Amino acid sequence: MTPLPEPSTTAAPPRPASRPGFVRREWLPIILFVLLALLPFAAMLGPEKYTLSLVTRVMIFALAAISLDLILGYGALVSFGHAAFLGIGGYAVGILAAHGFQDAALQVPVALLASGLFALLTGAISLRTKGVYFIMITLAFGQMAFFFAISLSAYGGDDGLTLASRSKLFGLSWLENDRFFYALVLALLIGCYALTRAIVASRFGRVIRGAKENPVRMEAVGFSPFRYQLAVYVISGMICGLAGVLLANQAEFVAPAYMAWQRSGELIVMVILGGLGSLHGAIIGAAAFLLLEEILSGYTEHWKLIFGPFLVLVVLFARGGLLGILAKVRGKSGGGR
Amino acid sequence: MAGTPAKAEDFAKAAKPALALVDLNKAYGALKVTDQVSLEFAPGELHAIIGPNGAGKTTLIHQISGLAGSDSGHILLDGQDITGLPMAARVRKGLARSFQITSIIPGFTGLENVALAVQARLGSSFRLFGAVSREERLNAPARAILETVGLLGRADLPAGLLSHGEKRQLELAIAMATEPRVLLLDEPLAGTGPEESAAVIALLRKLKGRYTIVLIEHDMDAVFALADRVSVLVYGRIIASGTPDAVRHDPAVREAYLGEEGL
Amino acid sequence: MTLSLFLVQTLNGLQFGILLFFIAAGLTLVFGVMDFINLAHGVQYMIGAYLAAMFTALTGNFFFGLMLALPSALLFGLLLEFLIFRHLYARDHLDQVLATFGIIIFLNQAVKVVWGAAPLSVPVPEILSGTVVLMDGLLYPVYRLALIGSGLAIALILYILVSYTRIGMLVRAGATNAPMVSALGVDISRLFMVVFGFGAMLAGFAGAMVAPILSVEPGMGDNLLILTFVVIVIGGIGSIRGAFIAALLVGLVDTLGRIFGPFLLRLIMDPSAASQTGRALAPMLIYILMAAVLFFRPAGLFPVRK
Repeated sequence: MTPLPEPSTTAAPPRPASRPGFVRREWLPIILFVLLALLPFAAMLGPEKYTLSLVTRVMIFALAAISLDLILGYGALVSFGHAAFLGIGGYAVGILAAHGFQDAALQVPVALLASGLFALLTGAISLRTKGVYFIMITLAFGQMAFFFAISLSAYGGDDGLTLASRSKLFGLSWLENDRFFYALVLALLIGCYALTRAIVASRFGRVIRGAKENPVRMEAVGFSPFRYQLAVYVISGMICGLAGVLLANQAEFVAPAYMAWQRSGELIVMVILGGLGSLHGAIIGAAAFLLLEEILSGYTEHWKLIFGPFLVLVVLFARGGLLGILAKVRGKSGGGR
Repeated sequence: MAGTPAKAEDFAKAAKPALALVDLNKAYGALKVTDQVSLEFAPGELHAIIGPNGAGKTTLIHQISGLAGSDSGHILLDGQDITGLPMAARVRKGLARSFQITSIIPGFTGLENVALAVQARLGSSFRLFGAVSREERLNAPARAILETVGLLGRADLPAGLLSHGEKRQLELAIAMATEPRVLLLDEPLAGTGPEESAAVIALLRKLKGRYTIVLIEHDMDAVFALADRVSVLVYGRIIASGTPDAVRHDPAVREAYLGEEGL
Repeated sequence: MTLSLFLVQTLNGLQFGILLFFIAAGLTLVFGVMDFINLAHGVQYMIGAYLAAMFTALTGNFFFGLMLALPSALLFGLLLEFLIFRHLYARDHLDQVLATFGIIIFLNQAVKVVWGAAPLSVPVPEILSGTVVLMDGLLYPVYRLALIGSGLAIALILYILVSYTRIGMLVRAGATNAPMVSALGVDISRLFMVVFGFGAMLAGFAGAMVAPILSVEPGMGDNLLILTFVVIVIGGIGSIRGAFIAALLVGLVDTLGRIFGPFLLRLIMDPSAASQTGRALAPMLIYILMAAVLFFRPAGLFPVRK
């Protein structure tokens, strides 16, 4: 089954499926998280503010990419409008703050509720379609959200909305502290990683994975995949909405550009770049994407001339993304394809 | 299982059929692929439907299982009308099927494939936590079924890596795991070599009597060795139905289907 | 006054639709025949515009520029096909998305390096400059009329090519069932190359034709690409006829919506808010249209594959 579930085109080799009980690979996310936890200490030796801000941003996008990998890598639901949830989360913070509600204790539930509702509504319609048509209809909803945000003239319209400050946490201004904010984002990243990891290994997750590979077979054993796919779409949207809350706080700014289709495309690219259907691949993909951008643009203003071909080369020569390369380097067969 | 009726006549006399088709029709444009088909399947019988290529056997199975709709007519499962239900709902009511072209989940192990079907029956599939791969409530029944079909030794291999014959066996195991009362088998021997097909035939013999089985098969030796009753489908119509012996000697069948090969 | 405004906007919508059709025609064939998602189709439109701008500046004549730009766009498309795309046909859609996304990033930057970041402008050719009076009080630029006319002509030629020639028959068959065509002994990779080159040239032609009326700038193909996808999905992937009808539909809905949306909103809001909200919401219309079409017809208006 190709990631786009069109029963007629099943020529592509199966993606490397992360198999529960595959112990060796499970070390990789732990190493990742330990590195991320140690980084602030190393950052103190250099430009601390810059480093923390960059890596915080990486982690926020990693969170969004994980949410996308949950449906894309495990459910073959290619959402090309996922950035809408980033925007919904961000605008929940911005709009509430504009009305004087600055506390995350209110903002986060509102953001989750709004993203969840948007996912429920658009998912119920989108999941009627399959394959490429699903991609395009999710794009359509993403674009609707994008243009709706532009029409919010009371909240900056096209130009977006600058936050007076980061969100309060139960009345306290802890989020203003970059180290605290970094730790909070890391904790949420680990939490959501653990959550999604549990979900894909659960009964529910097995239904999602089965429906990805063979929807007819699922119906022939008595499942109607729609309900399960809708549920996982909502979960994914809410996690991405949470990432939006964090992104607005990190930038202290929210704008329609959060929801642009290019952003949705970048999220897909991050997931594929890292390696589909492994969750930590999404973290690696987000990190590689943003850090490469940061480093290359430090060398030349024409960094895209290097970055573009890099993506092409990854596709042509490294099946399974960066995780595929890693697996090959470690001499494992079957990791790449 | 006890008291498997010895004679086909007993099935025909059975009061309440496990599955009944009443005046079932389906057409693709002007082409009638299912033409006023009425059949009754008694509980526990193995009823083979044979017919030349293009007779509409697979379409009939699709209609019974719910993969394809019917233009008119009724399908009754234990007397209950299931004609309008989607496939998944029919499965939950006890009607399972296998496919002519093997349909398994290749990325799952054999055990996972079967455990998934057990899970479909037990419910609670919105459970978001708890590693499903370690759930004995799913794995134990799955292993028992895999043992029945003779695949226990290969249970932990990704199903995509099994041999063709093993995949056919796995598909039967998946169907069994939904605990059906009626089992629709669409050419379980298709594409199997002599040894593999012997294994599948032995398995079918084992299953016979446990379920009401509707079998579509091209292998006539297998059909006449296994079936309690045989119905012959030609151009969408049932032209004969009865014991293997009766069907074998029915002149209409000989003319329309069996030709001069002589059985 | 309102009638003439409506007519002008209808013509503008038609012209936009025809532009979309040029790009959509190639994209829908590449998608339908090769099952290949080519995000880089939009940059081919951009390349066409840049080539036309460059050759027009070199020769001092738009038509010479166009004559040179078309074969160059074709060559460029074939080069991309040879170097990259043909290695991606057998891959799954996501690999194709990633690779063609990389090509967009590269080419958008590359045109900046080659031609500079500032927008280029191409003068409208002398013969086609000026306006004509279509009816009382209704002036319309000649060049835009020429664009509509050439678009309709090309749509007709394309229709004849696809309907009545051998290669057209193969393309249609390929869109319905590519493995079958391959099994019939047709050299499918040659067919792919022809379709691809042709699509690239059409997109390039669209870029060249709009060069005199739009500014030629990096990234000009990005948003158009998305609209083109909307078109081919509404039309039904692989269907030229569907692409044509959907392109005109999208062009008209988008153009008229932008003008008359604020107009209608004024009925329920005060004028300044209406014009602002209307302007912002109008671009949503075509996406609402697409979602509605897919809701009722999940494979588009003219589904090709059964």
